[in-house]
Amino acid sequence: MQLTLAGLVILMLSGGASALAGRSAAWSARLGVGGAVAGCILGLIPAVGTLVGGLSLSVRIPWPPPAGRGFELGLDPLSAVFLIPMTLLGALCAVYGAAYLGKGARRASWFHYNTLVASMMAVVLARDAVVFLIAWETMALSSFFLVIHDHGKAQARRAAWLYMVATHLGTAFLLAMFAILCARGSAGFDALARAGAALPAPLATVLFVFALVGFGTKAGFMPFHVWLPEAHPAAPSHVSALMSGIMIKTGIYGLMRVLGFLGAPAPWWGGCLLAVGVTSGVLGVLFALAQHDLKRLLAYHSVENIGIIAIGLGLGYLGLAHGLPAVAALGFAGALLHVVNHAVFKGLLFLGAGAVLHGAGTGELDRLGGLLKRMPGTGAAFLVGAVAICGLPPLNGFVSEFLIYLSAFRGVVSPSAAVVVAGLSGLAGLALIGGLAAACFTKAFGVVFLGEPRTEQAAAAQEAGPAMRWPMAALACLCGAIGIFSPAVLPLLAPAVAVVMKGAPEAATAGLAAAATPLTWIVAAAAVLALLVAALSALRFRLLGARARQAVTWDCGYAAPAPRMQYTASSFAQPLTDLFAPLLRTRREHVPPKGIFPAGTTFATETDDLFQRNLYAPLFRMTGAALAWFRWAQQGRVQLYVLYIALTLLALLLFCVE
Amino acid sequence: MFLSLTNVVLALLAAPLLLGVINRTKAFFAGRRGQPLLQAYYDLAKLLRKDAVYSRTTTWVFRAGPVVGLACALTAAALAPLGGARGLISFPCDLILLAYLFGVMRFFTVVAALDTGSSFEGMGASREVQFSALAEPALLLGLAVVARLTGELSLSGMFAALSPAAYAASGPVLALVGVSFLVVVLAENSRIPVDDPNTHLELTMIHEVMVLDHSGPDFAFILYGAALKLWVLGSLLVNVVLPVRTGSAALDLAAALAGMLCLAVLVGVIESCMARVRLLRVPQLLVGAVVVSGLAFVLLLR
Repeated sequence: MQLTLAGLVILMLSGGASALAGRSAAWSARLGVGGAVAGCILGLIPAVGTLVGGLSLSVRIPWPPPAGRGFELGLDPLSAVFLIPMTLLGALCAVYGAAYLGKGARRASWFHYNTLVASMMAVVLARDAVVFLIAWETMALSSFFLVIHDHGKAQARRAAWLYMVATHLGTAFLLAMFAILCARGSAGFDALARAGAALPAPLATVLFVFALVGFGTKAGFMPFHVWLPEAHPAAPSHVSALMSGIMIKTGIYGLMRVLGFLGAPAPWWGGCLLAVGVTSGVLGVLFALAQHDLKRLLAYHSVENIGIIAIGLGLGYLGLAHGLPAVAALGFAGALLHVVNHAVFKGLLFLGAGAVLHGAGTGELDRLGGLLKRMPGTGAAFLVGAVAICGLPPLNGFVSEFLIYLSAFRGVVSPSAAVVVAGLSGLAGLALIGGLAAACFTKAFGVVFLGEPRTEQAAAAQEAGPAMRWPMAALACLCGAIGIFSPAVLPLLAPAVAVVMKGAPEAATAGLAAAATPLTWIVAAAAVLALLVAALSALRFRLLGARARQAVTWDCGYAAPAPRMQYTASSFAQPLTDLFAPLLRTRREHVPPKGIFPAGTTFATETDDLFQRNLYAPLFRMTGAALAWFRWAQQGRVQLYVLYIALTLLALLLFCVE
Repeated sequence: MFLSLTNVVLALLAAPLLLGVINRTKAFFAGRRGQPLLQAYYDLAKLLRKDAVYSRTTTWVFRAGPVVGLACALTAAALAPLGGARGLISFPCDLILLAYLFGVMRFFTVVAALDTGSSFEGMGASREVQFSALAEPALLLGLAVVARLTGELSLSGMFAALSPAAYAASGPVLALVGVSFLVVVLAENSRIPVDDPNTHLELTMIHEVMVLDHSGPDFAFILYGAALKLWVLGSLLVNVVLPVRTGSAALDLAAALAGMLCLAVLVGVIESCMARVRLLRVPQLLVGAVVVSGLAFVLLLR
């Protein structure tokens, strides 16, 4: 625990030092990045120790009232599962970010970055509602400042504003939830768990809804996700990787932690989470398909993957509620492993997108193409990430989705009718999401990296430097490693699953044992696959030797195929976006060709977010109009404001005397 | 173990034969003599000896496509049980691995197609991902029905537990699953009414247009991989529709093989008697397959 605390302190100090050294950009970056890497490594060691060695650590520093009993931090397996990807990604993104920002770094950017990493660590370590909320708010603010890094751009300001509103609405629900819980005891998590176990059912329901909305806003559950596709593309790429890879997972962590306080889960909680998961998953990937901007597309995929995690959680809580420990353990394990995996491959993909932005100057899919030749390292890493995020074997994405599938199938053959239906819908949802994700990532990888460059910009793209390529390579290797060593990774998750299942280590281990044989076989099949690929490559080389000839692409008789004839991202996705047009409501602007030699024909599509346009925009317009009534209070005279202050003080005084 | 190995060897040897049977059936309906039954084998042998021509646009991804695709199909063949014998690899939920191996195959075929920069291949790739995204839920839901019916989670366990007695108990359920699987087999293997494997220059084609630029051994890998995919997905259908259990492994296997040949004839008949559905209607067909699988589940739960 001392190591973790030292890590936190180093992160904060180096961040502060970096801000103070802002005059010298080079020193500022050196201090910030060095501190981030050192702090993350210090935080990583005890987290790994917790999972491998089964430690459970805690520390309490006295803290004056009224803020609770003290500054209490603890490290248990559930925290460790979130802490490991957090520190890994924090360090790798810092190394990448130093090269990515280069001279474009703002004065305080490393201060905010290190604060973000430290506050995220504090969120998963907090063992007290007050500490938790302070860390939560620090996390929101530091990430807000990172989103608004390019504050010269109107889009970044808009995104940051939206994020600010969304995160605070979410926090409001959390504040209410913790207030209700704390009113029945003290603010320490142990006390909350004791108080929560005795909650009457209606109150537990209210608290569940509050937690779902509050944490769901951070996690990006539909329909609370609207900030996400705006904020992630606006932030610098290494920050997007960190936010999308792990910051939104603090919502998942919070949900799992707090639901543990609320006594035995009601059956409908699982069903509700499952429904949220399937909705987020399917709609997330559909909206991703309709995007033209690489980072926006990746942001919608985070919504999709959060959906997959929620499906796992839903199955887990349903299994708990219906007394099916195997379903529960596999669902929770799948969700937790997907948290780690998504951090790895989404971090990788955002870093790859950053390298594309850096090298080609644009993230607009239809202005790219053929980058694999110019950027071989980035392209290969992005391909690994793309295969992993589609959940294809033998990479890590497949393993976590497989665990959730296993949970769903166990549900399907279970005696409880509700679980059967839930398993079936989870199954169908996952299958549809998998197919659509494959469509989306063949589109993203194919249009950006394959074919001919569509613009001169893309033709002149530059490969990223080594400081940007090494973090991507490390994450790509992790994608493979988690997949291949999955039988060894799974038992490490058992203690964390036991925490979620309220300290039932036998049930968790027994439930996970059901996945041991399949995972071993999957690794065997992956080995067979790799051997076959090697053998077939050798065979092909032997048959072909050096006899292959080069020519132009045979485009059915076109003598001079041009880059503009290629399928674009929009045309690739068009059959699917048309199929789901009632949901997507893509706007088209089309000037059709006229005459024999048409010139000046244009075609553009734009897909706005369904919920933002139909739910939030009207809602906020109405709120704005309603609040306009209070404008009379705002007269712009100082004496009036002093009067308000005096009246408030008087009211407070009277209240206290009561 | 021996039986499972026989199964795999049989799949590797006999898969291209299915193509021959389909072609002969179509020839019979058209009043032609048709190609030799073993034409697919001659084609493969010829292609393996040929040179290859690569587009200057392409990268290593294009060359990796056929290799990875065939490797996936071969691995999938080791997973698929036939005629009551277990698959060579068999474990709970192996059906997910089977489905996702074809997912890897498709992913690499599609990116290889996009690597050429050809508008035709982009078109085919786009359609492929659309239809497969809809076919996948139909396949998995159908398998979930069989899992629920038999209480088993592995393909081998599920199909070994099926018997004529299962038909007596829940015939309509299995029949519906069979219908759904038939649509999946036709769609995933690019057969009429979803795709026309005979023409590949029309704007309507899917799989054939994606592999337009492949030649020589690469194309042989693709053809053989496609034949294996037909065999593996076809064997799922035959296992559901024809659960013959005589007690003798050899007889069971013979019955299953006869079933595979019947399936090939059936595909030939469908291709001869039906026109290709308009592309815009294909999603309806696939969603129909999903609904049929769902209906089977409702019948089962009733």
